Amino acid sequence: MAVKVIIPTPLRAYAGKQESVEVQAATVGEALSGLTSKFGDLKKHLFTEEGKLRSFVNVYVNDEDIRYLQKDQTQVREGDTISIVPSIAGGISAK
Amino acid sequence: MATKTGVPTAAPAKAASLSNEEVLRYSRHLIMPEVGMEGQLKLKQAKVLCIGAGGLGAPLGLYLAAAGVGRIGLVDFDAVDFTNLQRQVLFGTSDVGQPKISAAADRLRNLNPEIQIDTFETHLTSENALDILKDYDIVVDGTDNFPTRYLVNDACVLLGKPNVYGSIFRFEGQITIFGYPDGPCYRCLYPEPPPPGLVPSCAEGGVLGVLPGIVGTIQACETLKLIIGKGQPLIGRLLLFDALAMKFRELKLRKNPECPVCGEHRTITKLIDYAEFCGVRGEEAPTTVTNIPEITPRELKTRLDRGDDLFILDVREPHEYQICNLNGHLIPLGELSRRVHELDSSREIVAHCRSGKRSAEAVDFLRKAGFRKIWNLKGGILAWSDDVDPKVPKY
Ligand SMILES: [Zn+2]
Repeated sequence: MAVKVIIPTPLRAYAGKQESVEVQAATVGEALSGLTSKFGDLKKHLFTEEGKLRSFVNVYVNDEDIRYLQKDQTQVREGDTISIVPSIAGGISAK
Repeated sequence: MATKTGVPTAAPAKAASLSNEEVLRYSRHLIMPEVGMEGQLKLKQAKVLCIGAGGLGAPLGLYLAAAGVGRIGLVDFDAVDFTNLQRQVLFGTSDVGQPKISAAADRLRNLNPEIQIDTFETHLTSENALDILKDYDIVVDGTDNFPTRYLVNDACVLLGKPNVYGSIFRFEGQITIFGYPDGPCYRCLYPEPPPPGLVPSCAEGGVLGVLPGIVGTIQACETLKLIIGKGQPLIGRLLLFDALAMKFRELKLRKNPECPVCGEHRTITKLIDYAEFCGVRGEEAPTTVTNIPEITPRELKTRLDRGDDLFILDVREPHEYQICNLNGHLIPLGELSRRVHELDSSREIVAHCRSGKRSAEAVDFLRKAGFRKIWNLKGGILAWSDDVDPKVPKY
């Protein structure tokens, strides 16, 4: 299944500056490993050394958080959009 | 300590009615049924605390004051600097060097003398947060760092106050409302912050000047809606805005039953040490890597002047190179791992970036890759400008 993964601004530098990447996958886990095998530098930003999704990165299939679906086992269908949404702190930024 | 200055503590005059001047001032609200006299009186009686008087705080403060929110608290400790003026529209060039809080309060009082502005020229801390927040109905978070984000969240959950959240990066914004009893909080969304250094800050990443204007204005809109009780608030919905694509997207946010601060088995029942929680050591946490060999700008200048064969590696982005450079070989940090072959480990290498943070990561990475004759330029190109060549612009 071809699914679109939307790369958030802070991580685009590690994904060939692309806004989104299309990958073939049947689950969210497969989509993310497809993505990190294409862009090795992304891996440490998305996963801990034990391979767990980092706690400041959330992943959505369409508008649902995968933590409330089947996590990385969540099935994806043709045309689904996966969003990676990291926490960003920015606001006033003086320095 | 929180210092409270400004308008005396007298209660807002006759909250239950509007003067003729106020009726005229707010007439465009009064003639629409969604606000009307009832909504305008709610606005007059409302008390909103804005944390941060910067990029987000500027439009927020302006619109809340203009709309007639009766009492607005501002918390900020910074002074206005030149780099703020690109987006922090509360301030003018003549305010540079002044405390933001006093410049902001002056501006808002000039905009609307009918309302009360409370100023807190302080950092929000675990010691003062509950005391500062407790008098307000709604808290609006426009801060720029993770420790304060978690502090504001936890304080709002503990006090049961709504937290209108907005954050920005480059051309992307996130907006939602946390802190409602049935709705999620920031920790439900992100239980833990990123380790320092893994996600670039605004100061490194930059921000499109108008972006905080848009995001702060959305925060103002949500705040006004909460006060007048109209419309569908952004509770349980994360609004993502991409200014380049000019697209808004919306994601569902759920309350996490295992949330450490608002879940059923909560473990956080009072404010904690947020600097420690976020892994920030002290005021500045320049780098996550330690034991990096360094060279100062003056030492580098001396060695270059005597003709030493040094290879200068610039790990910034190409657009930064265009602002100023030291004639270095450019490999952005994000590309370093796959462009390592461009470097000769037998030569002496000095890596630099803007402030020394990214290049410290680069040096750490290259040392692990076997490079031995490599140094980080201490303080980056900013320090080079200060100590060696003031003609190099700082940005
Ligand atoms: Zn929570």
